[in-house]
Formats: sequence, C-alpha cells, structure tokens
Amino acid sequence: MLDVVKDLLILMISSSLVSNVVLSQFLGLCPFLGVSKKVDTAAGMGGAVIFVITIASGVAAVIYKVILEPCDITYLRTIVFILVIAALVQFVEMFLKKYVPSLYQALGVYLPLITTNCAVLGIALTNVQKNYGIGFSIASGLFTAVGFMIAIVILAGIREKMEYNDIPESFKGMPIVLITAGLMAIAFCGFSGLL
Amino acid sequence: MSDMNSEAKQSSMEVFFNGLVKENPTFVLALGMCPTLAVTTSAINGLGMGLTTTAVLVLSNAIISLLRHIIPNRVRIPAFIVIVASFVTMVELLLEGFIPSLYSALGLYIPLIVVNCIILGRAESFASKNPVIPSIFDGLGMGLGFTVALTAIGAVRELLGAGEIFGVPVFNKVLGGISSLLGRSEPIEYVPISIFVLAPGAFFVLAALTALQNRVKRKMQEKGQNVDKIQSGCSSDCANCSDSGCARRFVDVDGAPGSVADAKKS
Repeated sequence: MLDVVKDLLILMISSSLVSNVVLSQFLGLCPFLGVSKKVDTAAGMGGAVIFVITIASGVAAVIYKVILEPCDITYLRTIVFILVIAALVQFVEMFLKKYVPSLYQALGVYLPLITTNCAVLGIALTNVQKNYGIGFSIASGLFTAVGFMIAIVILAGIREKMEYNDIPESFKGMPIVLITAGLMAIAFCGFSGLL
Repeated sequence: MSDMNSEAKQSSMEVFFNGLVKENPTFVLALGMCPTLAVTTSAINGLGMGLTTTAVLVLSNAIISLLRHIIPNRVRIPAFIVIVASFVTMVELLLEGFIPSLYSALGLYIPLIVVNCIILGRAESFASKNPVIPSIFDGLGMGLGFTVALTAIGAVRELLGAGEIFGVPVFNKVLGGISSLLGRSEPIEYVPISIFVLAPGAFFVLAALTALQNRVKRKMQEKGQNVDKIQSGCSSDCANCSDSGCARRFVDVDGAPGSVADAKKS
C-alpha cells in the first residue's frame, strides 16, 4: 500500500512538474500559445484539458488492455487511439450539454479545441509505452494535465502583465511569448532536483 | 474559390516550389510546431523527422486525392485521419525495423505525426480538391519545406549547443586551425552552450527565427508589398487560426476581432 502511494507521489511530481507536458515534452503547444492571453480563459482551457485527458487516458488504457493486447494487435494503437479520442471528445461534449449544462457552460468552448490536441494522444501512447495499468494511466493523465494547467495559467498571468510593456517591434506577438515560455522552461528545469 | 481554381491550374513544379519556399510550412505558415520544437536537438534528427513526415504527407495526399470523389463530405475528417494514421503506422514499423537508431531518437513523435497540422491541413486544403499528380507534388514540396526548416533549426541548435553539425565538430576544427596558426601549443576549445539542446533552447531559437520573419514581413509592408498572401497559415496562434484545415477545430475564444470569421470572408 505504502509503495503504491510512494509511486503515485513520484508520478505526480515527475509528470506535472519535472517533465512538464508543454515545457519539456512540447505537447499541446497550440492551445498553450493560442489560448493564453487571459488568465480566466487559460484556466478554462486547463480545466477542459484535465477533464478530457483524464477520461481519454482511462478509456485508452482500458481499450489497450482489454481489446488490443489480448487480440495481439497492439500495432494498431495509433489508429485506434486517435479515433477513440476524437469520438470521445464529441461524446463528452454532447453528454455535458444534455446532462451537466453548468459544466458545459464553463468548458464547452474549449472542448472542440482539444479534439486533435497532440497532448491527449501523446499521453495515451506514453502510458502504453511505460506499461502502466489502468489506474496508473488515469493518474498519469490527470497529473500531466494538471502540469499543463499550471504552465498555461502562469504563462497567461505573465502575458497579462506584458500587455503594457515596451517590446521591440519585431518581437511583438509570438516571439516574446516563445521567449517567455523558454524562460519558464528554464525555471521548470529546477524541479528536476526534486526527484 | 477562385484562388483554388488558379491553384489547380498551376504546373506541378510551381506547386512544388510553392511548398518549399513561398508557403514554407514551418517558417511561413507556422504549422506543426510540436515536432519542430521537440525533435530538433540535432540536424540529423530534424532531417529524419522531416523525411518521415514527407513520406507520410506524399502518400496520404496521393490516396486522399484519389478518393476525393468517394469520401462523403460530412465524414471527410475522420476518413482523412484513418488514412493518415494507417500510413504513420506503416512508416513507424518500417523505421523500427530498418533504422532503429532514428526510431529511438524520435520515439513518441513518430505516432504523433498523425496530429501534425501540416498533414491534415494539406489534405483538407489541397489534396481533397486537386488531382493526384499536383497533390503528390504539393506533398513533396510541403514535406521538403518542412524538412529544410527542421534541419536548419536542428543545425543551429546543434551548433550552439554541442559545437557540431551532423556530428562534425565544426567550431573545434576552426578554432584548432586558428590556434595552430597562432602557434599555440594548447588548441582553444569551444565551450558548448548546452541550454540550446535542452528544452528552453528550442523556444529561444524559434523565437529568434519568428522575430526575424516578422522583421522581414514588416520591411516588405513598408515597401508597400502585399504580404497577405503569405500570411495564410495559422501563425501558431491557434485561437485565431484562419487555415481551412484548422478553422473547423479552433474557435475564437478570446473574442478578438479579425480572426476566424474575418479570415473566412477573405
């Protein structure tokens, strides 16, 4: 029991901070750069990503363990995962719209944005590569997505402050955001001492 | 649509160079940022990733173009994804079997070619509307444009971060030559700035390149040249994406004017 808790703690720190999904693995860069102008939209996006990635990594792990592995067709994982994720996001959107309208109000706009987010597929594939069980896959998805939320909210906070700064003409827009992200990546390198 | 028709009339060579230079997917259209940043730790990795993506792009463009009258419009995106994913799986297995060193260097980013904007974007905006031969050349041009860009970024990062290009210690050779000219017994050694091969370096190199591109665009605008045509990509700002392959997926969440809706008009 204690071992499981220890493993989960290590997984939490490593997947949310040390090997942060955006800043060290470069997954999900599109929403990270595109939807980080304001803190509240960034937080909404982060919430939606946590929601989708946790469910998607659980479903992908179940499909892998129950269907792909017993049938010995694991080489089909890329095709199966991408279709399952695309369908799942559609389904989650419809379900929320019908049954949990309040949550749909909060996350609805961001859900279609995540359909082909490479982080979702990337995490599902990483879980398979690392041979996690179903429980650990869900935990890994959750913690990685929390790491995404931390990164995007911090970046949005910095960008809000940066609005009023005097930035060289050529660096306005994407370049300065990329440099900010680079500095954040350096800061996140510091977490590697935690493990 | 008139633009599309004129594109269809272009010769294959024009389509090819359009992808390679004028609408370079990385530098001009800013598509496919994830692999651009992740695998460019060295020139050879960039080259490998570029060529792998080119192979998938050419094959998927050809097949999608062949099937363009058969695939019903409403299910075209899932159909495209299945076609692309099949080719990615094939390429992945081939790499694992024949070039295991590249397979282990690129790792997770090979299956992630499926979600690369370039491939679905070209399928949606070119291959699904044009005959097979131009589609193949479009894939080849776009793919090689991507390859050139990745190799260039990889070369810059490898040069600064390890002092090498394609594994050749360029700096040390030059410095060694200079020190022997100066008659020093101990050759001067280049101290690599290792942050450039780490994650933060990728952001910095891309920031510098994008700033350079912004500067060129601004200079062109000052001279009164029309740069609208080369701004057709999603400029890595997905919330304000105007590419027809992407606009479907990305809504304008910040409510900024001049985004998806405006882009669709033009």
